[in-house]
Amino acid sequence: MAIEKRYPEAIFDWHADHGDRTLVIDGDRLLDIARLLKEEMGYNVLVDLTAVDYLPRKPRFEIVYHFMNLETKARLRLRAQSDDEHPLVPSLTPLWPIADWYEREVWDLFGVKFDGHPNLKRIMLYEEFKGHPLRKDYSKTKRQPLVGPQN
Amino acid sequence: MEPNGHRQDIAAVLKGQVMTTRFDKLLGWGRKYSMFVYPFVTACCGMEYMSVSASHYDLDRFGAAFPRFSPRQSDVLWVVGTISHKLAPLLLNVYEQMTEPKWVVSFGACASCGGPYDNYATVQGIDTILPVDIYIAGCPPRPEAVLDGVLKLQDLIQKSKQPWK
Ligand code: SF4
Repeated sequence: MAIEKRYPEAIFDWHADHGDRTLVIDGDRLLDIARLLKEEMGYNVLVDLTAVDYLPRKPRFEIVYHFMNLETKARLRLRAQSDDEHPLVPSLTPLWPIADWYEREVWDLFGVKFDGHPNLKRIMLYEEFKGHPLRKDYSKTKRQPLVGPQN
Repeated sequence: MEPNGHRQDIAAVLKGQVMTTRFDKLLGWGRKYSMFVYPFVTACCGMEYMSVSASHYDLDRFGAAFPRFSPRQSDVLWVVGTISHKLAPLLLNVYEQMTEPKWVVSFGACASCGGPYDNYATVQGIDTILPVDIYIAGCPPRPEAVLDGVLKLQDLIQKSKQPWK
């Protein structure tokens, strides 16, 4: 496969289920690989983008991208790993404008920063909210009410 | 002529034509049959609200469900569905803009106590931010429970002290 040939050092692992491939990659090389996927391999749709917090595993975060090739109907998943407490991966907005809102959501809930994002601010929660609630070390009942008593 | 003969004359003349009552009772009677509802609908309970308002359950027959989507023209706030902390200031804003006297109905488990959502995002009962008059239990409430809640609210409005000056 073209990606392994082109960026052998950036691919940590891969597997395929029912013909859909998954690649575990180095977060720093994401933009290169995504560009290759879009421009040379025909993966023209960014279907979804999210993150997983694997605390206490190291590397802790994985940012997961789902791509689809409308021509061949092939699907491909990238899992970009980041070991940082405050991960930073390149933004895919130059390639897929839809990444804009997805990345804001991942920033809001997981605290993953996207380098080159045009407007990286909260989208689900309010600006005054402290922390990122989908991180494993954020207690699920820790409330930060805008009005009224703490409960 | 009896000491109160004069009054008896009037009673005889007006028999069957007038009714006497107390002014605040009259006011309560009017208010309970002219509720203007502001539906603050946020989640799945909203579907139940729609079904109660539609022809099958026909909330209108109680003079109870005329929806006004302007807080200044409504006096009963129906909080229908989950309220998140992000949304709570807007709910308060609506409540504060409503005309006096006003009442609040908490429709369903989410509005009453957070429902199934014991998490960082959800207000654990709207009574933590504004006064509630009637709670309707259920997730979502059965239409019959809603009708019961409406009747209880009408009762409460009729019996409460009427501010009118
Ligand atoms: S009480 Fe149940 S039905 Fe109503 S909004 Fe909450 S979860 Fe939905």
